Amino acid sequence: MAITDIRAFAHLTETDIVSLANEFDAIRRDVENSRGPRDARYVHSVIRLQRGLEVVGRCLLFGSRHRSRWVAGTTALSLAKIIENMELGHNVMHGQWDWMNDPEIHSTSWEWDQTGPSEHWKRAHNYAHHTYTNIVGMDEDVGFGILRMTRDEKWRPRNLAQPLANVVLALTFEWGIALHDLAAEKQMRGVPPAQWNSQPNKDFAVKALRQIVKDLVFFPALTGRNWRSTLYANLTANVVRNIWAYLVIFCGHFPDGAEKFTVEHYENETHGEWYLRQLLGSANISGGKAMDFLTGNLSYQIEHHLFPDLPSNRYPEIAARVRALCAKYDLPYTTGPLSRQYLLALRTIHKLALPDRFLKATSDDAPETSSERKFERLRAGAAEALTDSLTGRRRGLLTALRTHAAQAVADRRARRGRTRSGRLPAAV
Amino acid sequence: MGLKEWIEKPAAHVATRDRSISNILRGAAARLTTPLLPDDYLHLVNPLWSARELRGRIVSVSRETPDSATIVIRPGWGFDFDYAPGQYIGIGLHIDGRWHWRSYSLTSAPTRDEKLISIAVKAMPEGFLSTHLVGGVPEGTVVRLAAPKGDFVLPDPPPEKILFLTAGSGVTPIMSMLRTLDRRAGERELDLPDVVHVHSAPTADRVMFRSELERLDATHDKFRVYIRHTRDQGKFALSELDEVCPDWRERQTWACGPQQMLDDITAHWSAAGIEDRVHLERFAVSRADTSGSGGTITFAKSGKTVTVDGATTILEAGEKVGALMPFGCRMGICQTCVVPLEKGHVVDLRSGKERAEGERVQTCISAAAGDCTLDV
Repeated sequence: MAITDIRAFAHLTETDIVSLANEFDAIRRDVENSRGPRDARYVHSVIRLQRGLEVVGRCLLFGSRHRSRWVAGTTALSLAKIIENMELGHNVMHGQWDWMNDPEIHSTSWEWDQTGPSEHWKRAHNYAHHTYTNIVGMDEDVGFGILRMTRDEKWRPRNLAQPLANVVLALTFEWGIALHDLAAEKQMRGVPPAQWNSQPNKDFAVKALRQIVKDLVFFPALTGRNWRSTLYANLTANVVRNIWAYLVIFCGHFPDGAEKFTVEHYENETHGEWYLRQLLGSANISGGKAMDFLTGNLSYQIEHHLFPDLPSNRYPEIAARVRALCAKYDLPYTTGPLSRQYLLALRTIHKLALPDRFLKATSDDAPETSSERKFERLRAGAAEALTDSLTGRRRGLLTALRTHAAQAVADRRARRGRTRSGRLPAAV
Repeated sequence: MGLKEWIEKPAAHVATRDRSISNILRGAAARLTTPLLPDDYLHLVNPLWSARELRGRIVSVSRETPDSATIVIRPGWGFDFDYAPGQYIGIGLHIDGRWHWRSYSLTSAPTRDEKLISIAVKAMPEGFLSTHLVGGVPEGTVVRLAAPKGDFVLPDPPPEKILFLTAGSGVTPIMSMLRTLDRRAGERELDLPDVVHVHSAPTADRVMFRSELERLDATHDKFRVYIRHTRDQGKFALSELDEVCPDWRERQTWACGPQQMLDDITAHWSAAGIEDRVHLERFAVSRADTSGSGGTITFAKSGKTVTVDGATTILEAGEKVGALMPFGCRMGICQTCVVPLEKGHVVDLRSGKERAEGERVQTCISAAAGDCTLDV
C-alpha cells in the first residue's frame, strides 16, 4: 500500500506541517514579489534563441544531402523542438509567465510544437497530474495507463509486454502524450470515447494533421531534390525530442524515492500535506546549467511540483531554499544524475512486468513505493527521540530512511552469514 | 470551403486591413510555421512586423501643457486607420517586465497618408502609466495597441450645427473630430459646419491644444471656441449656455469631461427634453463614494485567486495575478470586458448597484462585494 498517513511517514507533527507550509508559502511570496525585468528578459531571449535555431535548422536542411548540413540542421531542429516543448511550451502553459500580461506569452494562448492541442494537454497535465500527483488511481501520469510503475497497481498479463511498450513509448512520446490527453479530455468533457466526430477528436485531428504535414510533407517538398533526406531529418528531430522528453519525464516521478499515495490520503489532505506530497513524490536530476536548460528546468521537478506556476528560471534559487527546509525538517530530497535516475526507473519498468509472486518486497517497503508501515519495526524498537541527543538535530524521515536501509543491509548480511555457516559443515 | 478560405484558415483570426492578400500569404506561410504564425518570427526582426498583436512605435512625445503631452505613434501591421473621430485605442507599455494597459482617445484625424496616429495624455497625480507616458517614455519605444473602439464618434457627414462641451483632458476626442472637420473642409473645399466649442481648464497655461483651437477659430468663420479659465473665472455653469450659445437646444452636442460635469449635462438636457441630442464620453470612474467591501476573487479558468479591497476593480485584480482578462475602454462603456459572474456578488463602482451570480459583469468598473468567482 502506498502512503496513506503522510504525517506518520514524514515523521512530522501537525504543527510541523503547518509551519512547513508557511515556509513554502513564504518562498512563493518572495518570488512572486520579485518577478521583474530580469525574468522577462530571460523568457524573451529563450524565445529568440528557439525561433532562431528553428530557422537556422530549417535553412540548413535545404542542403540536407550533404552529410554535415544534415547533421547540423537536424541538431538545430531537435534543439529547437526540445526548447519549445520544455522550457517554453510546458512552462508557459503552466502560467509561469502570465504575470507579464503579455497576450503572446500566456497560458491561455500558447500552442506548442507537438502532436496534441495545448488545450487537451493543459487539462490533463495542469489539472489532473499536478493536483493529484502520484495518487495511485487518480494521477493518470503514473505509467500513463500503459506501464505498471508501482506494485500498488494490480498486475495484468499485458504488463509482460511492458519492456517493449516502454521502447515504443519513448520513440513516439508526443503521440503517447497526445492520445493520453485526448482520452482525458473526452472523459472530463463527458464525450463518449467512441463518438468519432466529437469536438476533442476534431481538435486533435486538425492539430495533428498540421504538424504532420508541416514536418513530413511541406518542408521536405520545399527542399526539392533533397526531400528524402529532409524528411529523415525532420523525423529524426521529432524522435530525438520524443526520447529526450520521455527521459526527463520518467526521471521526474519514477526513480526510487519518488513516493506514491493512496486515495484515502488525498481525501483528508491539508495545504501543508499537499506540499509534502509534491516534495516526496518528485525527483530531481542533478547536472549543470545545460541540463537545467535542456530539461526546461524540470531537473528541478521537486520545485516545479511545489510551485508549478513560478517562472522556471527561478527554480535554482528556490531549490536552495527547499533543500534548506529539507535539512531543517530532516526530509529526503531525491536527486541524482540522469543516468542513475533513469536506470532506476528502467529497473522498475522491467521488474514490475512480472506478476507480484515473483516480487520479494511488499508495497509497504519496495524501491518504487512504500508506506508509513515501512518504519513499524523501527518504531517498535528503541523509543524514538525527535532530536539527536548529541547534535541536537531533528531525527526525522531522512534519519529513519537511513536507519532502515542500514538495518536492511545488516539483516541481509546476517542472513548470508547464517546460510554460510549452516552450509559449511555439509561442504566439508 | 474554397481554396482561398483553406489557405487563409490558420491566419483567419488575425486583424488585417486588406484581408484578401496579406492573409492569404500569412495563411500559406503559417502552414510552415504552424503552430505559430510567420508574424511570430518576423516581429523578432522588426517589432512592427506582426499583426497577431497590434504594435506601434512611439515617434514623438511633445508637451501640450506642463502635465500633458501628445504622443505620436506609428502603428505596425494590421492597424486599421479607418477609425472614427472620437474613438479611443488601448495602449500597452512594457514596464518592469509587465505590460500595463490603458485606453486613450485618439486625437489624430483618421487618415492613412502618414500612417501615424496620436493620443494626448494628461499625467494623473497617482496615475502610474499616465505619468510615465507624459514624463518618461522615450521616443522609439515599442508599445502594444488595441484596435480603435467606441461609440462617441462624429458621423460623416456631420450634423449642421454642433456644440462641443469639454473640460480638462476631455478635449482629446473632440480634437480628433475638429481635425477631421478641418481636414475634410480643406479636401472637399467646403466650410466647417456651425461649431461652438466650450472648453474649461484651470488656467491659461493648462489649456491643452490652446494654439490650435485659437488658429481654428481664426481661420474658420463658422467655428467659435470659448475657453473658460476656471481658477479665475469659476466653473462654467450650464445656465451660461443661453448666453454663450443661445441655440444649444438645436445642436447635436458632444461632451467629455469629469463625472460631475457629465451628470450635470445629462440632467440639464433631460430637463430640456432633448437628451437624445447629447453624446457623452465618461473618462474616469469615480469610485470614492461607493465601494464594495472587497473580498477574494477567484478566476475560474486559470484557478487564480486574489484578495482585494472594495476599491480595486476586478479587471485590475485579474491583471495583477496574471489572469488573461478581456478589456477595452477600462471605464465602463464598451462592454468588451464583460464576463459571467459565477458565484458571489460584485458592486458597480459607478452606481453602487450590486450584481449577483448568473449576471455578466463589466470587470473594469466592478469590485468584489465579498468573495466571488468569475468565469474567466
